[in-house]
Amino acid sequence: MRYSGFRVIAEALTGHKGWKPAWRDPEPQSSYDYIIIGGGGHGLATAYYLAKEFKQARIAVLEKGYLGGGNVGRNTTIIRSNYLLDGNEPFYEFSLKLWEGLEQDFNYNAMVSQRGIINLYHTDAQRDAYTRRGNAMILHGADAELLNRDQVRAMYPFLNFDNARFPIKGALMQRRGGTVRHDAVAWGYARGADQRGVDLIQNCEVTGIRTEAGRATGVDTTRGFIGAKKVGVAVAGNSSKVMSHVNMRLPIESHVLQAFVSEGLKPLIDGVMTYGAGHFYVSQSDKGGLVFGGDIDGYNSYAQRGNMPVVEDVAEGGMSLIPMIGRARLLRSWGGIMDMSMDGSPIIDKTDIDGLYFNGGWCYGGFKATPASGWCFAHLLATDQPHPTATAYRFDRFRKGLMIDEKGQGAQPNLH
Amino acid sequence: MIINHPLLGPRDAQEFTYLGDAALIDRPDGMAFPDATAAQDAFHDYLYLRDNPAGEHRELWFHEQGDRSWLVVTRNTVTHEITKVEFARDVARSRGRSK
Repeated sequence: MRYSGFRVIAEALTGHKGWKPAWRDPEPQSSYDYIIIGGGGHGLATAYYLAKEFKQARIAVLEKGYLGGGNVGRNTTIIRSNYLLDGNEPFYEFSLKLWEGLEQDFNYNAMVSQRGIINLYHTDAQRDAYTRRGNAMILHGADAELLNRDQVRAMYPFLNFDNARFPIKGALMQRRGGTVRHDAVAWGYARGADQRGVDLIQNCEVTGIRTEAGRATGVDTTRGFIGAKKVGVAVAGNSSKVMSHVNMRLPIESHVLQAFVSEGLKPLIDGVMTYGAGHFYVSQSDKGGLVFGGDIDGYNSYAQRGNMPVVEDVAEGGMSLIPMIGRARLLRSWGGIMDMSMDGSPIIDKTDIDGLYFNGGWCYGGFKATPASGWCFAHLLATDQPHPTATAYRFDRFRKGLMIDEKGQGAQPNLH
Repeated sequence: MIINHPLLGPRDAQEFTYLGDAALIDRPDGMAFPDATAAQDAFHDYLYLRDNPAGEHRELWFHEQGDRSWLVVTRNTVTHEITKVEFARDVARSRGRSK
């Protein structure tokens, strides 16, 4: 069934009796050509592009819970491609281009809204760094603009421009950045993959990965053994747990990141904004809630909830940037588990085991990467070659000293 | 989280900074390997690879806002429950360091 405006009207006139479930709920077959472990954004996108762009058949996605129940349902929905380094910027720009055509591509309303993102700067040094970053973005085909103080004031007059310690001097803006309805991304990819014959198998936790003579042969699951020629792992947050089935240690720690939403307010912030002096970022959802967040809690965690000190820290950041935010009540807060890698950048690579491929280490930037991550992982699975925009995301970059460290923090995952 | 400091008693985790897995105490001896490649492999694994368990985790915390001691805290990464706190100094010595 194709979705369209006509279809909505036709269904409205006939009592909405014609809608069908968006995807099947199949029993697992005994074997597949490709198994993707992880039915989140990245896993579903991988299956979708594997079926659609690389014309591969007999694909299954295994999900331990329900589709889109992990980080794709827990993030702050921001898309952007404002990176500095060569290994990153082409990949994220590829991702942003895919976002721009995504809804037509998979025939699903994901509410892609290119409302613009600004990164505020507060010092001359920060302005110079953002100038450099903007130039790097433009050289890679992305868009970037440096705004001065008056231009920012025209957009958001209520910001704390004259803070004695961190006055706002301007911002780096990417107009093509914005937000997306995050759950709809998972649902759209799931529906698109299902329509192309991919089996989406939920409530199916992988409990082991079988290998024979250095080659992956399938996975043990809570619903029995399922054979596979190639197995792709896309379970960011739980990467170390899944890869421990093959005794593989990763350059990754799992950390908890909290996010927050306020009560619904009248339209106030029409774009996305990041504070350059503390770690605070905010946008406003279509329901009116301010969606915001800050730093990770900073210690290893698999609990999908954080502690009060970071709540306080984020609230302080918000008060410092937007003093009137103190009048809004906090509606909800939640936590998600991040694969924090050793250089703050992801991994899309083969492993030492033939037929076993890995996608993870997304830190807290995985959502914006979803389309390109899926495309590049599908490319790797189908062709055994990395996609041209993802050649740097290798396991061996740490051994070779080719880290992609945007923040320059070194091998300290809780600082990225 | 409250960390029960062996000397100072219960202290707010906010007084501490976090380094990571307590295995970082066991830095390889670069001179103890037969060749440079083996030493590089050992340092690569030491610096970049982690067990990252879901469950009990021994980890290094530094009491930066307190007595500036390094602690080995045994904490559950699923529940955040802390079950044991030791001085990192004692842990290292018990493994034969600084003798």
